[in-house]
Amino acid sequence: MSTKVVDRAPLTFYERTYLPAILGGLKVTAKHFADTVFKGKAVTMQYPEERWVVPEGYRGAPYLVKDQDGATKCVSCQLCEFVCPPKAIRITPPGSEGRPADRANAEKMPREFEINMLRCIFCGMCQEVCPEEAIFLQKDYSITGENRESMIFNKEKLLSLGGTHAGIQKWKHKLEEARAQESFPVETP
Amino acid sequence: MSAPAAPSTPPAPAPAPAAPPVETMTVKVNGKTVQVPKTMPDWQGKPAPTTMLQAARIAGVDIPHYCYHDKLPVAGNCRMCLVEFGTPMIGPDRKPVLNEDGTPKIARSVLPYEPGTARGAIACATPISPGMEIYADSKATQQMRESVLESLLINHPLDCTICDQAGECKLQEYSVQHGKAGSQFVEAKVHKPKAVDLGPRIVLDDERCILCTRCIRFTRDIAGDDALGIVNRGSYNTIGAFEPGRFDNNYTLNTVDLCPVGALTSKDFRFKMRVWFLKETKSLCTSCGTGCNITIGSREGVIHRYEPRDNDAVNGPWMCDSGRLNYRWIGRADRLKEVLRTSSGGPRERITWNAALETAADILRRAPQGGVAFVVSARQTNEELFLLKKLATHTGALTDSVPREGDPDRLLVSADRNPNSNGVRLTGMAFTEFGFNLLKIADGIALGRIRTLVVFGEDLTREGLGPELLAKLDALIVSDILPNATTAAATLLLPGAAHAEKRGTFVNVKGRLQRFQKAVEPPGDARPESEFLQELVQAVTGEEPARSIEGLFNRMAAGVPAFAGVEWARIGDAGVTVQL
Ligand code: SF4
Ligand code: SF4
Ligand code: SF4
Ligand code: SF4
Ligand code: FES
Repeated sequence: MSTKVVDRAPLTFYERTYLPAILGGLKVTAKHFADTVFKGKAVTMQYPEERWVVPEGYRGAPYLVKDQDGATKCVSCQLCEFVCPPKAIRITPPGSEGRPADRANAEKMPREFEINMLRCIFCGMCQEVCPEEAIFLQKDYSITGENRESMIFNKEKLLSLGGTHAGIQKWKHKLEEARAQESFPVETP
Repeated sequence: MSAPAAPSTPPAPAPAPAAPPVETMTVKVNGKTVQVPKTMPDWQGKPAPTTMLQAARIAGVDIPHYCYHDKLPVAGNCRMCLVEFGTPMIGPDRKPVLNEDGTPKIARSVLPYEPGTARGAIACATPISPGMEIYADSKATQQMRESVLESLLINHPLDCTICDQAGECKLQEYSVQHGKAGSQFVEAKVHKPKAVDLGPRIVLDDERCILCTRCIRFTRDIAGDDALGIVNRGSYNTIGAFEPGRFDNNYTLNTVDLCPVGALTSKDFRFKMRVWFLKETKSLCTSCGTGCNITIGSREGVIHRYEPRDNDAVNGPWMCDSGRLNYRWIGRADRLKEVLRTSSGGPRERITWNAALETAADILRRAPQGGVAFVVSARQTNEELFLLKKLATHTGALTDSVPREGDPDRLLVSADRNPNSNGVRLTGMAFTEFGFNLLKIADGIALGRIRTLVVFGEDLTREGLGPELLAKLDALIVSDILPNATTAAATLLLPGAAHAEKRGTFVNVKGRLQRFQKAVEPPGDARPESEFLQELVQAVTGEEPARSIEGLFNRMAAGVPAFAGVEWARIGDAGVTVQL
């Protein structure tokens, strides 16, 4: 990669007195002061009683979602665990003895799925990488707990917080396609 | 059928007589001229005409392939290895046609009825000819690959998110490298049986199978159990077992490694861990004297699988199922994790390693010549045995080991179920016949002549030295990995490490000296034996310990005649053959 070195302009004497920066800051403060006192335009909120409206597309805490039939969408592919930069996600795969997926045909789902909310940086990589549309960053931005353990959200909690996401249900459609097949009857679950 | 994967005779250590000159041929791969031998070993090691795929490999070009495997008969059915090629033109006078600059003119392969279109040949089964040119990355070759992949994916379920093969799947890899993203196929996919119980250790997903027949050829030609075949026709082709659920020979799991896709998967490894998390450690199988080379797949201190590691001098690319699945004991909850001492009559107490080694050194220093006996295990490493030999020599002790025998098979499994019997013999801890001195040791204890017994890794109560006899001893120093009746009787218990938790070397039944690396940490206070034995040797004899396993090995090589001249670094990943 080629880099271009840009010379830093030397500061003038006036700038070196810090006065322009201080005055600039004071100007902003004075403007807000005037707005609040004379125009009644408050810029602060009475948090936590008052809360801001979380905009669409905001990246809050990641939660697991269920499909429209109430089945766990996550298949324990562990891609989010792999991609998560601060290693906040820890998945326990089902293994051969684990409970098969909620849905017929999907074969697997995680035995346990934990997100350490103290580690999570709300970056959205897990949502980005998930091939099953099973994890989404939602609107929660203020998560508190009394100890570290309570900040590790398990599968049950993540699913109950996550709600439903109506997606394409590819496993269901695969199964319907297999059932509809005439000439080669296969055993379908 | 013969057994091609049976370990070939190891090369003699003496310099071999000059090999006869290899007849070579000149070909061009992607414009690069290479000299390749006219014949190369086929799957059984017999000379066969060199193929385009082999020639390309010599030129450093990897031609994608599914059905071809070095150690299986060539089938040529997947067409993944199709390449465009050219051969020197021959004129009507049977002389090569030359370009203006004097170089031979090359005729590119084309369809006979459509000379504008390139014709590919399957590189895995097409022999080379002099002057041949292989175009492994030409436009035509790329188009052939794209088409083959598109056709393989027509009915493929794209289960990657739930497929255990994902991450080491050739269909994924080649699709990314050589495929194109789209498919022109708009019809519904053909559905086939999923999660079929093929045998006690194998699950089959017929939808993912690309019908390369590697599994069929392996079990028929290598394992000698003609159990698999293809049933149904056309796009309904499916792999089936001769008797449903009865694909059960002792080599079935090799088909899981061979299967380029996720059609055959291991029940043991099913849904256990995604492969990209696994740390791979070069190690050895300890289930018999063959010493198959393995790769241990572990994550965060937990071993998830063993896989065979190529070594033509030992196991080829295979290993048996019983050895492959024999790893769970390493993570058992009842592993010995504490250093324990029983003071005469008192209860067992947990002590530090320092205290334990002082106790042991004290006992061994005070013991009269011949008052100590050592029973070692042929599951121990050469380094450990070498250190124990020092202690035994110092105390003038009787030594022995315990045999472990079973039925051999025709492919890999050896009758000797100890991984390092030859190491025991070479270090001088036992004679050719194990168990020879055990009776004498038992007598010695009964007569009160032997008052201290050192046992490593064996349960003597199963070898005729019952708890009553062991109770006669003043000191029973035991080191082991799992609890048994002997560890229960020990007055000093030193928890040891499994092979996956340490480094060391073994000598297999054929005299192959091989080394293995550490994959996971030992649990609790357990330590690699060679570490604490070095400290014990220092306390007893005053000899400075070596700083590393390399140093220890090199010291041993100087002390054991069979290992003379060998260095840790020279053993490499494939091992060296020593004189037995
Ligand atoms: S949002 Fe980022 S940090 Fe948080 S769990 Fe997902 S990938 Fe990890
Ligand atoms: S949430 Fe998505 S990416 Fe993560 S394991 Fe589940 S399916 Fe895979
Ligand atoms: S066989 Fe390969 S491509 Fe097919 S589902 Fe499995 S990982 Fe994906
Ligand atoms: S099951 Fe695997 S090895 Fe056997 S034919 Fe199918 S793809 Fe090939
Ligand atoms: S590798 Fe399958 S045809 Fe050559």
